Amino acid sequence: MEKIVYSKEQARELYEKMATIRYFEACIKHDSLAGEIPGFVHLYIGEEAIATGVCAALRQDDMIESTHRGHGHCIAKGADVNRMMAEIYGKETGLCQGRGGSMHIADFSIGMLGANGVVGGGYNLAAGAALANKAVLKNDKVSVVFFGDGASNRGTFHEAMNVASAWKLPVIFVNEMNCWASTTPYRATCNVENISDRAKGYHIPGVIVDGQDVFAVYEAAKAAVERARSGEGPTLIEAKTYRIEGHFVGDPELYRKKEETLKIFQDTDPLRIFRQKKILPDAECNEIEARCEEAIRKAKEYALSCSYPDAESFMKYVYVD
Amino acid sequence: MRTLTFAQATCEAMAETMEKDPKIFVMGEDLARQGGIFGQFKGLPERFPGRIIDTPISETFIIGGGVGAALAGARPVVDMHFADFIGVPMDEIFNQMAKARYMFGGQARVPLVLRAPDGMTFQGAAQHSQCVEAWFCHIPGIQVVAPSNPYDAKMVLKAAIESDDPVLYFENKILYKEKGELPELGSEEPYQIGKAKLIRSGTDVTIVSYSIGMKNAVGAAAILEKDGIDAEVIDLISLSPWDKQAVLDSVKKTHRLCIVHEAVKQGGFGAEIAATVAEEAIEYLDAPILRYGAPFCPIPFAPTLEKKVRVYTEDLIRGIKSIF
Repeated sequence: MEKIVYSKEQARELYEKMATIRYFEACIKHDSLAGEIPGFVHLYIGEEAIATGVCAALRQDDMIESTHRGHGHCIAKGADVNRMMAEIYGKETGLCQGRGGSMHIADFSIGMLGANGVVGGGYNLAAGAALANKAVLKNDKVSVVFFGDGASNRGTFHEAMNVASAWKLPVIFVNEMNCWASTTPYRATCNVENISDRAKGYHIPGVIVDGQDVFAVYEAAKAAVERARSGEGPTLIEAKTYRIEGHFVGDPELYRKKEETLKIFQDTDPLRIFRQKKILPDAECNEIEARCEEAIRKAKEYALSCSYPDAESFMKYVYVD
Repeated sequence: MRTLTFAQATCEAMAETMEKDPKIFVMGEDLARQGGIFGQFKGLPERFPGRIIDTPISETFIIGGGVGAALAGARPVVDMHFADFIGVPMDEIFNQMAKARYMFGGQARVPLVLRAPDGMTFQGAAQHSQCVEAWFCHIPGIQVVAPSNPYDAKMVLKAAIESDDPVLYFENKILYKEKGELPELGSEEPYQIGKAKLIRSGTDVTIVSYSIGMKNAVGAAAILEKDGIDAEVIDLISLSPWDKQAVLDSVKKTHRLCIVHEAVKQGGFGAEIAATVAEEAIEYLDAPILRYGAPFCPIPFAPTLEKKVRVYTEDLIRGIKSIF
C-alpha cells in the first residue's frame, strides 16, 4: 500500500475529533458521578482513535451503527456536541428530543443511525442498510457497524457476517477489541485470540490494526471503504484497544486493578501517541485541546440552559401516523 | 366481482404496491426460487426480478436486515416462513423495529411489513402451528393485523406496505387456499389500519373475532339465527391498534359478548377485548363474557390430540345459548 502523507489540516482534524471526544467524555463522567446526568452512561475514553480514524474515511452520507458506548462514534461522524450533550441530559433540544439519552443517541442527518442498548444489535441493521443501498436504492453508500469483543460472541455476528460476505454487501465490521465484556475479560469466554481470525470463516479480509494509532485506523478503514464502495464486499477490522473506564460510569471495577488500567492508559493514550508522531507541534495540540475543552464547556452550558420535554408529549413519535 | 384465493389476493397487493414504488423489496426464505412455501409469492419473482430475495436461514438478519434497510430508506416486506420462528428475531422486532422511531426522537421511519403465516395445519405440531399475535399487541411502536378473507387480505396488506410504521401481518395457513370475492380492480375500498368491519348486524349478542376465528364467528351466527338468536359479528382485522369503539358500541346494543380466536386463550387478545368491555361497558352486559381459544397447551401432533385443542363453532353455539 502506498504510504499516505497527511497534510497539517488532516492531522489537525483528526486530533481535534479525538480531543473533542476526550473532553466530552470527561465532562460526562464528571456530571454523571455528580448525579447531574441521569441513566446509564458508557465512556469511550482511550478508544478515541478508532471512531475518529474510521469516520474520517467515510462520507457524510455513509451510515454507521453504533453501540451502547456510542458518544465517540457520534462525534466522529460529525454530530453537534451541543445537541449531543442536550440529549444526554434528557433535554428537548437533544438530538433525539430527550427520548433516547446516551444509549440511543443518533443523528440521521449525518448517517449516524443510532447507538444501541442491545449488545450485538447493530450488525444486522448495518447489513440491511448496506443491502438497501446496494440492491434497492442503488447508490454507493457504505455502512459501518462498530462492536466490542463482548458483542462478537452474539449469534447476530454470524448471521450478518455470512450474508454480508455472500452478497458482497458494502458493510465494514469494526471491532473495538477493548479486552472487556462488562466485567469479564475477553479470553475467559472465547478461545479465539484475534476476532479478525473469524473473517477467514466468511472468506473476507480480516485486518488487525493498532486502535490507539488514529492514522493506522484511518488507513485500514480507507482500504475497507474503497473495497466496499467498489462492490468487493465487507471487511472485518479488529482495532486493538483497551477499555480504560469501567463498563459504565459508577462501575466499582472490582474485577481489575486500577493501577494496571492507569498504566495501560499512560502507555497507549491515543492523544499521546498522536503527539509522539510530531506531525503537529505540541503547542498546536495544546491549542486544539483548549479549544475543545471550551467547546465542551459551552455544550454543557447549552444543555443546562435547555428545558426537559413537555411531559404531555410522551406519546409523540410512537408512530408516524 | 372477481374470485381469488387469499394467497392470490396477497400477491395482487404485493404486485400493485411494488409496481408503484421501486423502494419496496421482499426478503425471506424460499421466496425467489419457490414463490414462498405456501405459494403466497407465486409469480412475483418473475415479475420483479432482483426484488424478491432468498435469504439464508438467518432470522435475525431477515428481520434486523429489514429494519436496517428501512432505516436506510427502503420499504422492506420480510417473510417469517412460519410465525412460530418469530421468537428467533425477537430482539430485532421489539427492541429495534418497534423502538427506533421513538428512541431516536422521530428521526427514524420503519416502513416494514413482517408477514407471518400462522395457525394449525397439516399437523405441524408444537413449533409449526402457533398463533402468536397477542405477544405483539403488548409492544408499542408496531401494528398488528390478521385479515380473515381474500379481499381484506389484499387491502390490509396494501395498507400495511403503504404505512410508514412497522406492521406484523399474520396470515393463517389454512386461509391461503380459501376463495373469496373481490370487487373489480379500481373499485376496491382502501383499508385503514385499526378499523374493524361489521360482518353481520344483529341485536342479541356480539361475536368478535379475526383471522380464521371468523369462520367460527360467522358459522355460529348463521346457526343461531335458526334458533332465534340474532348475532352481530365483528371482524377486528387490526389488533394493534384495534377498533375498541366498534366493539363497545356493539356490546352496548346487544348486551352480550362472545370472543373467539385460534390462539391460546390465556393471555390471548380476547383477554384485552374482555377487559376493555369490563372496564368501559360492564353496566351494559346482561351476561358473563364468553371467551374461546386454545387450551393452555402446546399444539399436539397426533390427530386425536390436535383436534382437541381446536375451537369449534359448536362450542360457541352451546355457550351463547347458555347465556340466554
